[in-house]
Amino acid sequence: MEFTGILTGILAFPFIGGLVILMLNKEAKEQARVIAAFATGASLLLSLLVFFTYDVDAANAAHASLIENGTGPIVFQFVDHITWVKNLGISYQLGVDGLTATMVMLTGLASFAGVMISWGVDERPREFMAFFLFLVAGVYGVFLSTDIFLLLFFYELAIFPMYLLIAGWGWVELREYAAMKLTLYILIGSVIALVGLLVLYFQAGAFYTANPDLLPAASDGAYSFDFNHIHLAAQYGAFNVNGYMGFDGLTIARFWFPFIFIGFGVLAGLFPFHNWSPDGHVAAPTAVSMIHAGVLMKLGAYAALRMGVQLTPDGARVHLPWIVLLALVNVVYGAFIAFRQRDFKYVIGFSSVSHMGLVSLGIATMNNTGMMGAGLQMFSHGVMTALFFSCVGMVYDRAHTRDLPSLGGFIYKMPIVGVAFILGGLVSMGMPPLSGFVAEFPIFIGVWEGIPAEVIAKAPTSLTENGAHYYGLIVILSALGIILTATYVLRVTAQVFFGDFDEEKYHEVNTKPLRVQDRVALIMLSSWLIILGVYPQIMTGMIQSAVDPVVGLLKYGAGLQ
Amino acid sequence: MDFNNDLVQNMVSIVPEILMTVLALAVIYLDLYLPAGRRQATVGYVAGIGLLIIGGLAALIPTGGNTLADQLMFGGMIRSDDLAKIFKVMIITVGGLTCFMGMGDLRLRYKSEFYAIIIIASIGASLLSAAADIVMLFVALETLSISLYILAGFIRTSQNSTAAEVEYANRSSESGLKYFLFGAFTSAFLLYGLTLVYGLSGGETSIYQIGPNLATSEHGTAVIIVALGMVVVGFGFKISAVPFHFWTPDVYEGAPTPVTSYISVASKAASFAVLTRFMLAVFPPEQLLDGLEGYSTWWVQLLAMTSVVTMTLGNLLALVQTNIKRMIAYSSIAQAGYALIGVVAIASDSSAGSGAAAVSFYMFMYVMTNTLLFTGIILFSNATNSETIRDMAGLSRRNPAIALGMTIALLSLGGIPPAAGFFGKFVLFRAAVDADMVWLAIIGVLNAIVALYYYLVVIKVMYVDRSPDDDQPIAMPAPYGFVVGVTSLAVVFLGVFFTPVWNWATTAGSDLFLR
Repeated sequence: MEFTGILTGILAFPFIGGLVILMLNKEAKEQARVIAAFATGASLLLSLLVFFTYDVDAANAAHASLIENGTGPIVFQFVDHITWVKNLGISYQLGVDGLTATMVMLTGLASFAGVMISWGVDERPREFMAFFLFLVAGVYGVFLSTDIFLLLFFYELAIFPMYLLIAGWGWVELREYAAMKLTLYILIGSVIALVGLLVLYFQAGAFYTANPDLLPAASDGAYSFDFNHIHLAAQYGAFNVNGYMGFDGLTIARFWFPFIFIGFGVLAGLFPFHNWSPDGHVAAPTAVSMIHAGVLMKLGAYAALRMGVQLTPDGARVHLPWIVLLALVNVVYGAFIAFRQRDFKYVIGFSSVSHMGLVSLGIATMNNTGMMGAGLQMFSHGVMTALFFSCVGMVYDRAHTRDLPSLGGFIYKMPIVGVAFILGGLVSMGMPPLSGFVAEFPIFIGVWEGIPAEVIAKAPTSLTENGAHYYGLIVILSALGIILTATYVLRVTAQVFFGDFDEEKYHEVNTKPLRVQDRVALIMLSSWLIILGVYPQIMTGMIQSAVDPVVGLLKYGAGLQ
Repeated sequence: MDFNNDLVQNMVSIVPEILMTVLALAVIYLDLYLPAGRRQATVGYVAGIGLLIIGGLAALIPTGGNTLADQLMFGGMIRSDDLAKIFKVMIITVGGLTCFMGMGDLRLRYKSEFYAIIIIASIGASLLSAAADIVMLFVALETLSISLYILAGFIRTSQNSTAAEVEYANRSSESGLKYFLFGAFTSAFLLYGLTLVYGLSGGETSIYQIGPNLATSEHGTAVIIVALGMVVVGFGFKISAVPFHFWTPDVYEGAPTPVTSYISVASKAASFAVLTRFMLAVFPPEQLLDGLEGYSTWWVQLLAMTSVVTMTLGNLLALVQTNIKRMIAYSSIAQAGYALIGVVAIASDSSAGSGAAAVSFYMFMYVMTNTLLFTGIILFSNATNSETIRDMAGLSRRNPAIALGMTIALLSLGGIPPAAGFFGKFVLFRAAVDADMVWLAIIGVLNAIVALYYYLVVIKVMYVDRSPDDDQPIAMPAPYGFVVGVTSLAVVFLGVFFTPVWNWATTAGSDLFLR
């Protein structure tokens, strides 16, 4: 048993805050907001502490063998570990690596900003804040868990508050439909992945039962849901035994990888399962859209990487070469549809689909550059889209319409919102020296480099053998997405923020000034876009330390047996 | 065959049943001798609190020992193992909670017989979960069933009944009669099946003797499969598995709601206990037969198919219901389908009995969840005189506690943490994968998604929809407050701190594989 307590603190503040708010008196609206701000703020501070004290050198040293030979555990930092159910091998186990430390900080930023933006929610703010905090706690839990059961527990825990938030406080015309659609989509993906993970769990258990000398010292028994326990079994080749279900060339890893990867990929908006996401974003109240597009979609990509690629690396070698095509469709098709929208929020919703495609694209390169770009893009897009949605929310609160052609001139009345939106727009187009460039550039370089030769040699498929250079084609096509992004971002900016302002129609803009809280949120989010853009080293080292072990595993880990 | 001959241990093993008999007599006595004014409250509280105390006591009673012979009591009539114990605890506890529920129902509260019959039904159910002999099994089953037939048709009219009361009483009588007819019909099947195994095994009544005898008998497979099928029909009716489910929606809708709750939890739990025990003993798998083949694959395949059909049909039909009690009826059919996954998952890789352990845990969480749900329904329908889902609009504003309790229950049934259903489903699907039945696990998880849809719709109606009566609070009388509080806490606790109950269920599951 190990217990540092910092990560448990990150998780506990929103959860306890939510419970306290639920116990408040019905009229205690202001208290509910203050408690929510305090809870998310405390978690944000702790997550910043984790982010800035994460020891990159120690992580690189600990992963040396994994990077060079493809063997060895992932060494997590700030570990909290308590055994939960011994005979099933379930533990309460939290820890961070470079990627999750970043994602936890992103969650902290988005959730604190979300509470700030939601200060104006006046319909049952007590319940709103409580459910919002439960949602945030669930999201933190997924990023922090290093036990597969715990991860699934938090994953499903986050879904219900989100359903109620959208169905109860969302945009009246769409909310019930969108909330249900989103919930069912996400759950279907996750439960199918769950079955796949159970198969891995039993296979690893059977493997360790047969080879007791390989059993990691830290494990409770042969059967365990501990991430490293199964990760190590994957390195020993436990999931790569040829002849699964009697087919030659089929292994557990190769059969179950698509289910696990795409199952979680649903939440990352992977084509063709992205359909829930624009509707969900549009129907949700502003703060929930921010968490949703800003953090939850990253959660899907993260889980797909951790549970899919890291637990079944041999499956990734075989399947990612075609999944990259889905990601390409995401990028280009998402951008095209965003271009066509008349609704302000739908533009941002589809732009998320397009940008998340870049993350999947980066993961599918299976090389260091591309994967690092994917990690940076997860952070950059998270902050950017949270900023976008808060701008949209502020405009909509005063204009009461999101119809693009009828809006106009808002930058004269709300300059800070306009500037923030333009900043987000520049990030979205990948303009240097902002974070978007730092993130997207490595992705394109990575795709251009293509799949490392070592990975192809481990599992050559007809795609990689015959069309060795199709990744080059993908770069060209996906760069189209960037041009389209520029087009729709500029169009939206022009339509909403420039042009003539209709004083009569949008008179509320004058009577409803921005709150201090709104400004805090905008400035906090915008500043990260600039910081990461001008000083990427703040994050690249950490992300690199988390993705190098994955690439090492893909390159040198066990192949078909 | 050896039995436990220690008289003290024999008597200790049936202490809960003895105490319940005493309690039933005490309730009838109190009804006769208390003055009318004090009778109503006292009798209910005596029955309810008495059953809860006995339920707690049942958890403390030690099992017979660590071998099969040590656990077989009264010449092999009953078996005192952890499986019996865990099911007894849940059955007797919900019996007590049902008494509290009855105290708030205007049509039941003045009738002391209601409490006495609930206690007698609980005796039948707890003996059923321990029965290790086909005679005992049938007697216990009939004790339970006949009590439930009476309870389902409990409501009668009097001379000054209003039209609505007459209608209500008619529905109750109809459901009682329907339940009785279906029940008697399938009991006959069960009895015929039991006589066949009795004959085929060469005249044995102990299920632990029948098993090996059948496996080595000279009779052809066909006749043994016929016996197996007949038994499955009998038990299938009790757990409302498709295609023996037709009574369920009508009986659930017509019976007084506390009785519906009791039928849906206690009767179902006891039937799952006996189903698991009976199938593993009478048609044992290889590992219990020293490598002989046996007939276990037959019932495993049969029940796996039943499970698929049951959960799929239950969920699909639940989607279209507008009456909350009918919806819960179909949902409880589907829940039986999930639990059947655990019954068929016997050939495990990791530890013997993980399937049976999953069933035990699942039923434990299910009885708490459904009791909570039905308590909410009683409160809601008492206040609105309606049982349609649409009329639940605004419940969260009229009484947040009821809405929260029902939400916890619905989430638990849907398998969303932190409610207990998540871990319950998790261990069931785990058991299925353990037994190399990945396809069954996949059908199970997809069904769970379908089910989540209609549970979420109810939650949405309670929290999002508005009704003209939003500002009229619904009162929660003390007995109901107690039930809602206890069961909500139980469901959340089982969902987060499930370790003790799961460990207990694991012991219960592995007990079935003792030799």
